[in-house]
Amino acid sequence: MKKDIILCGVGGQGILSIATIIGEASTKANLHLKQAEVHGMSQRGGDVQSNLRLSTDNIWSDLIPLGEADLIISMEPMEALRYLPYLNEQSTIVTSSKPFINIPNYPNEDIVQAELDAMPNVVKLDIESVTKDAGNARGANMVLLGMAAPYLEILSIEQLREAIATIFARKGEAVVEANLKAFDCGVAASKGEL
Amino acid sequence: MKKKLLLGDEAIALGAIHAGLSGVYAYPGTPSTEITEFIQSDPLARERGIHSHWSTNEKTAMEAALGMSYAGKRALVCMKHVGMNVCADAFVNSAITGVNGGLIVLAADDPSMHSSQNEQDSRFYGKFAMLPILEPSSQQEAYDMMARAFALSEELKVPVLMRIVTRLAHSRAAVEVQEPQEENAFSPATDNAQWVLLPGNARRNYANLINKQAEMQKASEHSEYNKRSSAKHTDNRLGIIACGIGYNYVREAVGDEYDILKISQYPLPVETIRQLAKDNDALLIVEDGQPVVEEEIKGLLGNNYIVKGRLTGDLPRTGELTPDNVAAGLGKNSRAVYSASKNIVGRPPQLCQGCGHRDVYGALRDVIEEFPDARVFGDIGCYTLGALPPFKALASCVDMGASITMAKGAADAGLWPAIAVIGDSTFTHSGMTGLLDAINENANITVIISDNLTTGMTGGQDSAGLNKYEAICLGLGMDPAHLHVVTPLPKNIPAIAQLIRDEIAYKGVSIIIPRRECIQTAARKARSKKAQG
Repeated sequence: MKKDIILCGVGGQGILSIATIIGEASTKANLHLKQAEVHGMSQRGGDVQSNLRLSTDNIWSDLIPLGEADLIISMEPMEALRYLPYLNEQSTIVTSSKPFINIPNYPNEDIVQAELDAMPNVVKLDIESVTKDAGNARGANMVLLGMAAPYLEILSIEQLREAIATIFARKGEAVVEANLKAFDCGVAASKGEL
Repeated sequence: MKKKLLLGDEAIALGAIHAGLSGVYAYPGTPSTEITEFIQSDPLARERGIHSHWSTNEKTAMEAALGMSYAGKRALVCMKHVGMNVCADAFVNSAITGVNGGLIVLAADDPSMHSSQNEQDSRFYGKFAMLPILEPSSQQEAYDMMARAFALSEELKVPVLMRIVTRLAHSRAAVEVQEPQEENAFSPATDNAQWVLLPGNARRNYANLINKQAEMQKASEHSEYNKRSSAKHTDNRLGIIACGIGYNYVREAVGDEYDILKISQYPLPVETIRQLAKDNDALLIVEDGQPVVEEEIKGLLGNNYIVKGRLTGDLPRTGELTPDNVAAGLGKNSRAVYSASKNIVGRPPQLCQGCGHRDVYGALRDVIEEFPDARVFGDIGCYTLGALPPFKALASCVDMGASITMAKGAADAGLWPAIAVIGDSTFTHSGMTGLLDAINENANITVIISDNLTTGMTGGQDSAGLNKYEAICLGLGMDPAHLHVVTPLPKNIPAIAQLIRDEIAYKGVSIIIPRRECIQTAARKARSKKAQG
């Protein structure tokens, strides 16, 4: 079994933290993993992405070939569209529905949403409203991970929760709890969408 | 055996520590920065007191590493590819002196220029200096190679060049790690003739280096990193030479269907390649970066043998390899279903909201509007983003330090106002010597040293001249009447703009130092202070 995932968003939205948690869970589960990240200049408010490949067998390329990603996990709707050529008909897009507009020429929002809606398997959510309910505005990336969790398949929801606890442990119990709560909200929201 | 999830950069760092490293020397540069950062925070490295303080530039780093090698210890020097240009004098001559303790020079190339101004291939430098080169294909190999590279360096008594690319540097995978070795004993070199490169000594050493080429060649022929897969014959009788991570893309695309020679150690294993060529009708060269191997093999096999690669258009002439362009080069159809969306636009990086560089450009923009002939010569760092909207302020950005010297040259030719914008860390890296030229001739330029107290672009490393900038400028002979320090804040923009106007009017070198801490490092410090209670 293998899962090829593109994580994407805008620099500063917490994409690499999602990657770190999936990485931790995969390592503990003894899966093969390759995770290509973007460091440097584009982290300054530009578009960022990470190619995450998980498999029970050996993985060769650090990068995912076109048409072979199983899942896009995106913090931003237009950024999800940026990687369409990596998908096929069976792939799923899990994305925040709220645009992050830090450029003057952001496209018409309705057209972006319509193109997303036209894809076969899409899960969208206004993450900010969920994090406000959960009382943790900074946990948006954990809500997104929770939303994507049912589609990861190669890792269980429990394995991901354990990884969140491990990664945030050094920041104290309150931070772990807040992130788990955000994650659980995402899982619940995702199941509600189905 | 312990498994760790590591970036390629981190695998190199840990491999070096476990191979008995005594010192790393480096200037930060994407994609190499994380190697030194890992060593700075690694518990064993700290316990052993392994040197890991940042160097002022790649040349000082290379020379200090050579000094550590001279004293018998194992040393590592790391840089991004263009850093090789900065340290080239020391690097090429280190091949002539040779080494005492093992010395690895790590160059992280950036094909596709993700964070760089060119995509030069460091393997040319290895060939130029006539040194062995290692090019790992995976994080595991990167870790394992460090011990091998130090041993090879000590066996052959020469530095070893290790070449990686962005996609290995910044990709994570599980790595099995070994028990750490002890460091080398302190044993300084005693043979002055080896180390004093007077012409007589240098000629003898150079002859020795040429004599060692056969040994290097032999090491490549028998290297565990240069492997030919079972020589299967396919109908098309195409052999593949796959270098470094190019091997992964070949395996991703065609599995083991072809007759593949993986190359991760140079000089090229010529005999193995001749045999591969004999067993096939044509060769495809898959290498990330420039067509270094392709050119060499064309020479080796002659005009009648078909050699395909980047020069023949079978692979793209520029940009990094991907699983897709390698698959296409092997005639495989892409599985892509969807074409690119028409509803996306570029999202370029930008200066952070609240960054002091923004206020510097705010003031500059006001002044430049009044001087249509003004040119702002930029430099390398976050503030290069001043070239993009909304500022569009920069006339040039070429290499570390070029702002001051290009402004001077343009001013020499009569350009006025000639303004240079350079960051604090870039100024100590390569700007100081150019400023000395300008001061010595009292060139008619205005220099802005935008000081955010850190090396911001690469993530906030120490800045070598911290708290010393006025002293450095005065020490170089700067007239204190035209050296100013200001605080770049939105409310100060009008005053800074007026100061720039006044200094443009002064006929001679002026320096303005806008100083305010990088908001990223300030926020990080505040968070860590809060966490400590």
